[in-house]
Amino acid sequence: MEVLERVAFYVMAVLAVISALLVVVNRNPVASAMSLVGAFLAVAGLYLTLNATFLSAIQVLVYAGAIMVLFLFVIMLLNLEREPFDLPGIGRIAGFGLSVALLFSLISLALGAVARPETSARGGSGAEIGDVFFSDYLFPFEMASLLLLVAMVGVIVVARRRKPEEEEEEQA
Amino acid sequence: MSDTQVYYLAFLVKLLVVFTLAVGLVPILVYAERRVSALMQFRWGPNRVGPFGLLQPFADMVKLLCKEDLVPERASKVLFTIAPALTCIPPFLVMSFIPVAPSFALAGREMKGVVVDSPVGILLLLALSSLTVYGLAIGGWASNSKYSLLGGLRSSAQMISYELAMGISVLAVLCVSGTLNLSEIIYRQTQFFGYDAQSGNWAGWNIFAQPLAFVIFLVAAFAETNRLPFDLPEAESELVGGYHTEYSSMKFSLFFMGEYIGMVGISSVLVVLFLGGWHFPGMNSLGVQPGTLPFTLLGLLVFLAKIGVLLFFFIHVRWTLPRFRYDQLMRIGWKVLLPLALLNVLVTGAVVAGS
Amino acid sequence: MLMFAFQQTSAVADHVPLLPYLLIVLGLVAALLTLPLLLGRKTKNAVKSASYECGVAPKGSARQRFSVHFYLVAVLFILFDIEAVFLFPWALNIQGLGLAGFVEAVVFVAVLGLGLGYAWRKGVLDWQ
Repeated sequence: MEVLERVAFYVMAVLAVISALLVVVNRNPVASAMSLVGAFLAVAGLYLTLNATFLSAIQVLVYAGAIMVLFLFVIMLLNLEREPFDLPGIGRIAGFGLSVALLFSLISLALGAVARPETSARGGSGAEIGDVFFSDYLFPFEMASLLLLVAMVGVIVVARRRKPEEEEEEQA
Repeated sequence: MSDTQVYYLAFLVKLLVVFTLAVGLVPILVYAERRVSALMQFRWGPNRVGPFGLLQPFADMVKLLCKEDLVPERASKVLFTIAPALTCIPPFLVMSFIPVAPSFALAGREMKGVVVDSPVGILLLLALSSLTVYGLAIGGWASNSKYSLLGGLRSSAQMISYELAMGISVLAVLCVSGTLNLSEIIYRQTQFFGYDAQSGNWAGWNIFAQPLAFVIFLVAAFAETNRLPFDLPEAESELVGGYHTEYSSMKFSLFFMGEYIGMVGISSVLVVLFLGGWHFPGMNSLGVQPGTLPFTLLGLLVFLAKIGVLLFFFIHVRWTLPRFRYDQLMRIGWKVLLPLALLNVLVTGAVVAGS
Repeated sequence: MLMFAFQQTSAVADHVPLLPYLLIVLGLVAALLTLPLLLGRKTKNAVKSASYECGVAPKGSARQRFSVHFYLVAVLFILFDIEAVFLFPWALNIQGLGLAGFVEAVVFVAVLGLGLGYAWRKGVLDWQ
């Protein structure tokens, strides 16, 4: 990696970690959500250092721009207020233990002889991704549309407001 | 000065030019909006401060700066403060991705007519326009006022609905252009103008190849910038001021700056995607050598003229059309624009893939 | 512009100019947010800092539950946004992928079109 990429990597990595920490530390759920947007933007920057330009833009477009809007709506819909501060219970201690274990296994994986992410030989542009999508990964690609369809039908069934006559039918 | 120093100095100048373009157009637009609306309604509009009232926006600016900055007691203070910044930063950044002029040679290198020449420029523009939603939603929520919350929610739902149609209409343009880089999208529109006997297509600006995509994008652009006839989020008659009900002083005007820079940004995107950017037919035969500074400045002027026409159209429409009802607005977005945009992509795809 | 020799640059180098631009923008916004604090008057009282409710004393918190319809719109937005994202790689290489690619894209859009039709029939796209 060149100097510029190296610097960019560390800056983005630090930003990602800081904003991820803010997600957990913030007591206001809306502020947490905004920190998560920051974390996603930093991750998009990390993709840039891998020359994965298309993926980087998609990260901003889908994660920071679409999914977090839904998060925000849900937080507002549920009317979550500030998280009260509780003494750690058994669930929290167990959760803490699990995340420490996960962290250590991730570190050991990273230090071990696992294949590192590499810049693809074919590059990361949109057209090249299209090539792979429509040849090697055609089946998963079409399955993705089915998955989206299932999600769409699911959310409509669960959340839509029923028409009065349907309500009666269900009650009968 | 060495060549490198000259290059970086020129880069700095370019940066400031683009930034000034974004900021400087705001007072001009505010003035134009008030004057045009006045003329359309047989009034005079601002004509007291300075010649023809030209200094009115600056007087307003001073006034707004000296106003008391109120933060409602029940608001979430930090989020309330950053929300106006969140609405006006993304439109500013949009301008840095717009190729406002052709490149020219300087000190043996290429000086591009764009601050950030991203290989995925158009995707980043769409992403930035989706980030604008946060400012409105957070502003409405943080105010902790009923009108603000409802206004914020409405505007975010409106923006995301029309963003879809916008993104998919861009898809059709990409079928024709085959690149995500904005400079290349413009370059392909400059290559040839008229009937291309070789491919049997009409070539030139994308508006001729993609008229439907242009119309869809234009309608979505009005909704994205919360302009009439899509200005429901701030529908005075039902929601007081919408998401900025509780805002005062400069925080209030930052929302407006965001809206006006957003107009400049979206007009620029329209010009780049559909109207040939800085190019007009016959530009190369004017005797100005392409790749030189005068050619770049000529391109910049052409670009400014084009966005000027679009901005006037924005203002004209505002004082011509009545406001939609919210259910009509959602219906247009989801039941008209979205299916049309999808159909347009498939038809374009069939034509391009078949040729 | 293609009249210049193609320069091989990295993705990071392409986007670095955003940094100084972002700094200028942030500087302006920060200045505009702080200046009124210095210039503006500061006379606070309880009525002034209450939320606006048409002159009546504000009643209850504004953060009440609102229509689940907003949530539905957001979910549908994400799903169609992802659809568009999946189609971008196809649109960029439409001639290379040819007729087979077109048919595959049509199948993809048609499946999601079913979803749109379902939402349409169930009245999710109508706002009450």
